[in-house]
Amino acid sequence: MAVSTQRETGAAGLFDEAGVERWPDALAGARLHVVTGKGGTGKSTLAAALALALAADGGRTLLVEVEGRQGIAQLFDTPPLPYAEQRIAVAPDGGEVRGLAVDAEEALLEYLEMFYNLGLAGRTLRRMGAVEFATTLAPGLRDVLLTGKVKECVGRTVGDDRRSRGSRRPLYDAVILDAPPTGRVVKFLDVTKAMGTLARTGPIRTQSEGVVALLHSPQTVVHVVTQLEDLPVQETLDTVDELTGANLPAGAVMVNRVRPARLPVAGVGVDGDGLRAGLEAAGLFLKDDEVDGLLTEVGEHTERLAVESGVRSRLDAAGMPQIELPELADGVDLGGLYELAELLREQGVRHDR
Amino acid sequence: MTAETVPDAGRGRRPQHLDLDALIDDRSTRVVVCCGSGGVGKTTTAAALALRAAARGRRVVVLTIDPAKRLAQSMGLEELDNEPRVVPGASVGASGGELQAMMLDMRRTFDEMVSGHTTPDRAQAIFDNPFYQTISSSFSGTQEYMAMEKLGQLAATGRWDLIIVDTPPSRSALDFLDAPQRLSSFLDGRMIRLLSAPARAGGSALRKLVGSTFNLFAKAVSTILGGQMLADASAFVQAFDTLFGGFQERANATYQLLRAPGTAFIVVAAPEPDALREASYFVERLGNERMPLAGMVLNRTHPVHATLSGARAREGAESLEAARGDATTAAVLRLHADRVETAERERRVLARFTRAHPTVPMVDVPAMATDVHDLDGLRAIGDLLTS
Repeated sequence: MAVSTQRETGAAGLFDEAGVERWPDALAGARLHVVTGKGGTGKSTLAAALALALAADGGRTLLVEVEGRQGIAQLFDTPPLPYAEQRIAVAPDGGEVRGLAVDAEEALLEYLEMFYNLGLAGRTLRRMGAVEFATTLAPGLRDVLLTGKVKECVGRTVGDDRRSRGSRRPLYDAVILDAPPTGRVVKFLDVTKAMGTLARTGPIRTQSEGVVALLHSPQTVVHVVTQLEDLPVQETLDTVDELTGANLPAGAVMVNRVRPARLPVAGVGVDGDGLRAGLEAAGLFLKDDEVDGLLTEVGEHTERLAVESGVRSRLDAAGMPQIELPELADGVDLGGLYELAELLREQGVRHDR
Repeated sequence: MTAETVPDAGRGRRPQHLDLDALIDDRSTRVVVCCGSGGVGKTTTAAALALRAAARGRRVVVLTIDPAKRLAQSMGLEELDNEPRVVPGASVGASGGELQAMMLDMRRTFDEMVSGHTTPDRAQAIFDNPFYQTISSSFSGTQEYMAMEKLGQLAATGRWDLIIVDTPPSRSALDFLDAPQRLSSFLDGRMIRLLSAPARAGGSALRKLVGSTFNLFAKAVSTILGGQMLADASAFVQAFDTLFGGFQERANATYQLLRAPGTAFIVVAAPEPDALREASYFVERLGNERMPLAGMVLNRTHPVHATLSGARAREGAESLEAARGDATTAAVLRLHADRVETAERERRVLARFTRAHPTVPMVDVPAMATDVHDLDGLRAIGDLLTS
């Protein structure tokens, strides 16, 4: 009896079943990787694994979070990150990953200090709630500040002092942004719209124009993390449409937590007697309710595979590059992140320096 | 250690079972609030519970916030009119119960709240202010605030004897409790007066504290946001001033309703570290606020259906494969070993929560292959919730 196992862990390869390259050159050349996904699909985990994979072989990447949840610190098991870039991990085969938790209020203070020389009083203003108030007045301002900081990191060059100004080598090979979830990401990235709520001149305005240019250039790609379930896939497809509509470059679909298919999609007609005989051949003599329990599990598995096969064909129809990652048996700890990074590299994920 | 020798940290003090039928059958239960981080099935849980309560004779209204499209359709929630509507097909007449459902329209709820507190022309002036449009549609706490406001309105009618509320799909479950306060302090006008006329509004203590810096800050902010924005905001806050007391009073009343006897919170989670960490924060917070927690619904678990250990299943599969025995049986055994692995992982994650909160009653709902998209699906969830 033919039992399909080709979707097993580690069998992903450089091309997907439809023959589409999983990580084409365009993605390998990008410098800003925005990672989004429906809540609960593992977007932050995959952003972290991507930061590791892109830093491999002596590179340097920056993993940025913008939602104030200290997810990077939790994933890498480090103390909460301050508002400064910090080394958080060593990448496979040499290389480093730095982490940054961007905070809109800190970013605003940074601006104000740069342009208006507020000095120490900035802290007092923050304590009073004045800074939060200012970023709340114009909801677009928060997003502009956050993306502005990201853009600054992408543009940073090695040795930002006067001496080495001649060298234009970027400090980071790639910047990976753990972005807001699918429902909010396009609004977050649509800086042009957000700028409508700001003054027509001024330093932030000027920088926002740079952000718009970066986000709509081939330097940027937006990856969407999903799972093989109805709602996450629907949201993925909706988001890809929205991205296209906003003229933002979609990257890869990252299919996360793929569980192995142990049986073919169309039921193989597993029956109680056959199963019992097989079990006895394996030296397992089980009670009836145990055998029934196994049959229930087979039924649920077959049902799940049918759903997965349906959503897979909808994903395939979108024609985007697909990366595939398995469910990790022990959940995601630091070791799991490296395992995922390795699996990404096996599928061609790299940064062309 | 192999699976069968793990004594299992969680099992020793298995959490008490959460009896949701007892909760909804208890006529003194008037409000049930379903909380949790985004993506754990709050809306589905709220809807399933509401349908079940109605079938058991309660007159129920369920307030959903942002239901998935098919779930909304299954409850006849295709149009957003911010009013409860009878759910077609719920057919609970024989029990004496009834089910109505609505989807929150936060903009309209805000409009109604403004209209209810002032004269029509003043309300119009507020509606026309561009700043009001920002606050009522995109301020990050507005949805939470309006969910509370709507709950207050529904409770005030006395039309239903059980109100079940879903909460917004916020980043954090705590936003539901924090946002109204944040919005109030934002609207109370102190900051805007500081920003538009810092010297006069601040008082001497403040002037001493930050000196001319605040003026500088105000100037900088107005450079970034534009003078028009501040002027709009200022006009808005002035117009709002007269309403503010009334709003505050209502927010307080709703807050008291959440702490009153007859209200029960249900924390919804999934067996994932993030969701359970959120649930933990929320449970602690409810305790601090002295709000009544009924228990936790743990959605999307993957229980095993046979007690055969993972190790024995794997050995069996290996021996069959080595002997070129029946491939299907080997596959079934591998499948079972996968499930044991998943269940073990979920139990470990859950054990961390139960160690911190051993007294929280709990019920788990196994994962379903497909999403709920009709009333029968909701009924099935209702059965699982109470089994």
